[in-house]
Amino acid sequence: MSDHGGSGEPTPRILVFSTNNISDPGIDLAGSRHLHYPATVSVLAMPCSSGIKPSWILHALQAGQDGVFIASDGEECAYLPDCAERTAHLVTVTQGLMAEQGLEPQRLKMAAVCSVCAEPFAKYMREFAAALSTLGPRPVTAG
Amino acid sequence: MSENPTAPGLPGDDEPGRRRIGVYICHCGGNISDYVDVARVRAAIADDPDVMVAETTLFACADGQQHTMVHDIQNQHLDGLVVASCSPKLHTTTFRGVSRRADLNPYAYTQVNIREQDSWAHTDDHEGATERAIALVKAGIAKTRLSTPLSPLRVETVPATMVVGGGVTGLRTAIGLADIGLSVIVVEREAELGGWLGRLGPTFPHDTPGRDQIAGLVAQIAQRPTITVLTDAELVGKTGSFGNYTAKVHVRGETTDELRQFQVGTFVIATGADVYSPEVGELGYGIDGVVTLHEFGTLVDEATGGALTWHGRRVRSIAYVYCVGNRQAEGNAYCSKFCCAATVHASIKVSKVDPSIRQFHLHRDVRAYGRYELLYTESRERGSVYLRYPDDAPPAIEQSADGRLAVTLVDALTGPDELTIPVDLVVLVTGMVPRQNEALTSLLKLPTGDDGFYNEIHPKLRPVETVVDGVMIAGACQGPKPANEAVSGGLAAVTQSAGILKRGFAELDPLVATVNEAACTGCGECLTTCPYDAISAYPCDTGQKALVSAANCKGCGGCVPVCPEDAIDLLGYTSAQMLAAIDGLADREPVA
Repeated sequence: MSDHGGSGEPTPRILVFSTNNISDPGIDLAGSRHLHYPATVSVLAMPCSSGIKPSWILHALQAGQDGVFIASDGEECAYLPDCAERTAHLVTVTQGLMAEQGLEPQRLKMAAVCSVCAEPFAKYMREFAAALSTLGPRPVTAG
Repeated sequence: MSENPTAPGLPGDDEPGRRRIGVYICHCGGNISDYVDVARVRAAIADDPDVMVAETTLFACADGQQHTMVHDIQNQHLDGLVVASCSPKLHTTTFRGVSRRADLNPYAYTQVNIREQDSWAHTDDHEGATERAIALVKAGIAKTRLSTPLSPLRVETVPATMVVGGGVTGLRTAIGLADIGLSVIVVEREAELGGWLGRLGPTFPHDTPGRDQIAGLVAQIAQRPTITVLTDAELVGKTGSFGNYTAKVHVRGETTDELRQFQVGTFVIATGADVYSPEVGELGYGIDGVVTLHEFGTLVDEATGGALTWHGRRVRSIAYVYCVGNRQAEGNAYCSKFCCAATVHASIKVSKVDPSIRQFHLHRDVRAYGRYELLYTESRERGSVYLRYPDDAPPAIEQSADGRLAVTLVDALTGPDELTIPVDLVVLVTGMVPRQNEALTSLLKLPTGDDGFYNEIHPKLRPVETVVDGVMIAGACQGPKPANEAVSGGLAAVTQSAGILKRGFAELDPLVATVNEAACTGCGECLTTCPYDAISAYPCDTGQKALVSAANCKGCGGCVPVCPEDAIDLLGYTSAQMLAAIDGLADREPVA
């Protein structure tokens, strides 16, 4: 966890997977409107959330992230009509693998973030950070 | 990267496996550097053995800075470029251009967003924003380090454009497209071409009747054999890929319906807007003598004998109530742009019919901008009186006992006492509303804004392109505007279409899925996962292996996690690159 949240309390580190056409613009908009969320949030953009590998999420949790958030396209995905189901399936599979490593399933979250969902995104980040804080530090640290 | 990152190589060293990356960290004139310590970001990455150039810059996108980057890439023999500035939506094209001009593979460039996704989101946490910027830049460097040169996919394009909508924008667009050498199919839903303008009499600013303007365009179209016009027709299907689409058009005949098919390279959507229709009771609408601007226009244009009449009675006074159904706190928030000038112009026409008619303009502010200011001055010189009412207190309109109308308002100059003006006619200055085109909108997957009009990619830099490849928007379907501005948009779409289609081919991002032949076991898991049928199997010694067709692949990566052998990678987002980026964010050396 990082010490820079301004409060002295360590702020959990969160990795967000966004999508180039839908959720990443929504996250951009949150910044454009100067909506604040923890500075410990990093975003990696992908074409579509259905392309995220479970191994990447596990790797992120081993490499210092306290939680991973998938900002998916919901029903809006331009590529795959069943994008939401595919991504939800990936989350389920990953949470199974996380359990094997003693990682709480709550460290992985998914929600649809639309291209104008600035407020919801900032709120998700604040809430996820708070939820991860109550979980405490990761039980497994590698590296 | 199997090399062991030991002693940092000196600049100029040609150690095998080492990259030569240039990193530019943008101040964005303070938008970033007011919150992020860009010098610290630079210092944090400058010692990376693969980073040859690390600079901060006031504006990375400025011409001079682009020249510097080209110069650095060429002189320092850079093989990777990382620009940490704004969102990739804004300047990816700019910096890919820089790469190309410097003979660097454009896919060796990575954009890192430290503005929208860092400085602007963390204006309250400078330390956190700076640390985030360092992590994001490190992730960008990590991704670039593992980039491989890629060539754009080349697809043949069809030199034809479909224009949807046969109003002034669509018709002028069709002529422009034909004259630049593209075939055109105009698809109009109504039986007649011309849209709203085609029904209008003399319009501002030159008094040319709208229907004459349309007739002129239709005559020009008749002289151009490469333009096909379909009326009573709707676009109902679009398949294919960028630059070569199959468009299906449903044409309603008198006896038979016909489904026609066309090959086109681009679409220009010019479906226009509707006029706002007030609710009964809204500002007196429904009372005899309360009319909309559109209804009033017809009345004025049909006036004969030096008098304006309403239901047989001579009109001696008129009140215009501006901003009806527009600029509302609840409802349509936008300004329709054309209505002030149209009303000012209508009042001039009225004074030409009968100069004795008293005219009162009740407005919130008159947005007769640019040259329309001259019309405003002329209308005042002809006796029009302008009264400003408060935004939150629109005038009240009532019918008086003698059958005339009474308009009551608080005038900004003489208030706070109310002022009642008896008039014969009240004109509600109604603006535009988006057309109900749900079938077309969902067919083309066109994004609409909060106001219900179609959205361009960028209002200044990419004003007619949409996020849907090859689909342009123009005219009032994009937002309310006067005809001249709508036509300008149409001509921009002409240029944009020509830019895509006149070369005969288009280049697409090569960021598609690839199969690692050695790792593929031919299990077939991926074969049913692609809705675009981009994955097929081919026979080999061991049975079969999967193959991705780059032309059909949309680059979503949906097949990547499906492969149990991790044999599929999405170029630009390979497993190795994503893991390296994740390590970069964590600020640690890659896990071997």
